[in-house]
Amino acid sequence: MLRDILVIAISAIFIENFVLVKFLGICPFLGVSKKIQTAMGMGMAVTFVMAMASALTWCINHFILQPCGLDYLQTIAFILVIAALVQLVEMFLQKMLPGLYNALGIYLPLITTNCAVLGVALLNIQNEFNLIKSIVYGASAALGFTLAIVLFAGVREHLEFSEIPEALKGFPIALITAGLISIAFLGFSGLQI
Amino acid sequence: MHILIPVVALGAIGLVLGVLLAAASKYLSVEQDERIGQIEEALPGANCGACSYAGCAVLAAAIAEGKAPVNACPVGGAKSSEIIAGIMGVENSPAAENVAVVMCRGISGAAQKKYLYEGFEDCDIANRLAGGGKACEYGCLGLGNCVRVCQFDAIKVEDSVAVVDPEKCTACGLCVAACPKKVIHLVPKERQYTVRCISQDKGAQMKNLCSVGCIACRLCEKACRFDAIKVKDNFAIIDYDKCTDCGKCFEACPKKIIYKKELPNEA
Repeated sequence: MLRDILVIAISAIFIENFVLVKFLGICPFLGVSKKIQTAMGMGMAVTFVMAMASALTWCINHFILQPCGLDYLQTIAFILVIAALVQLVEMFLQKMLPGLYNALGIYLPLITTNCAVLGVALLNIQNEFNLIKSIVYGASAALGFTLAIVLFAGVREHLEFSEIPEALKGFPIALITAGLISIAFLGFSGLQI
Repeated sequence: MHILIPVVALGAIGLVLGVLLAAASKYLSVEQDERIGQIEEALPGANCGACSYAGCAVLAAAIAEGKAPVNACPVGGAKSSEIIAGIMGVENSPAAENVAVVMCRGISGAAQKKYLYEGFEDCDIANRLAGGGKACEYGCLGLGNCVRVCQFDAIKVEDSVAVVDPEKCTACGLCVAACPKKVIHLVPKERQYTVRCISQDKGAQMKNLCSVGCIACRLCEKACRFDAIKVKDNFAIIDYDKCTDCGKCFEACPKKIIYKKELPNEA
């Protein structure tokens, strides 16, 4: 059991990194990665949402959808749960951490449409994980997202001070960087576990 | 009957989440300056960004905090600034209302063509091809970048020149920024006269390029008794701080490129 969990966590963080290998959740990855601090905040918010969403969607799927034979409602039911969760996180941050709330700005409500969150909920079902494995998978996939976005933000902070050809300034160089990091992460696919 | 099961199941999930959120919003509610909501209502709500804030809600917050003046919204004009001044309890000082004017009347018959442009309907792209299809490199290209950015439906392209409807124009400045030729200027709304050419070509050349181009003859400059119209860089420009709307320059212009508002060809 413990071994399984470790395998799930490591593969979700490194080998099948959601952003860099599966290409899910690219919008916040590019949008909120200008500063390490906000990237970290976004990563934490996504981690919370994804872990909670994994647990909730598993419960909903296991106790409501499957017994009623409503498997086909997965997508819409999960979107409902995720939207409500994000709303909750937004209210929580506005109350408790207004600084982070302002820094995340529009990208916070956009977690609702972050396909990584819906992706993890659907992948949990597809991989036939149980509740604990689902939560571990969701949390570690989000940690992988956090790792990717923080790494990327670190590189982008350095890019601010480098001499970049005029045509590549801003987003073009960010996209090239993202591609290079993605290629680097492909190296993990050789890991045997 | 079968359709009821998914409806009830999904409805129940939604209801439970809704109740949860309602409870959370009560528990986690943040005390917000109630003026922000009132100010936002007084703003036009177009989210055009003309105030340089990221939208009406952000501007409302800035006004409430005193970071932005009550007349910061150029679109709402005097009307909204008055309401906002009332909410904030400060004296209202309405900003001078402007209107955007396309400083070119080089319609297809008047302006000569350099080449036949058949590319994308985009001024920016045309401008990169040797400055666009018109012989005069300062004129309106008429491909409608301004039309596309205007959120108030105030600009139309007529006969390959953009025309602003002063009734609809709110002087938000989006078209001014979008124009690659910088041919759209903001002028005070109450002023009558505008010089519709900004070509810096010399008079002799201009005659060959466009029949409604300013030839820098300086007759308007001589006619003006208030020192308000000046020829600089080979085109006449009105200093609206000095202009008194007397109309002498309008009468003097041999090329008829000084336009008066009420005239029908002004549009």
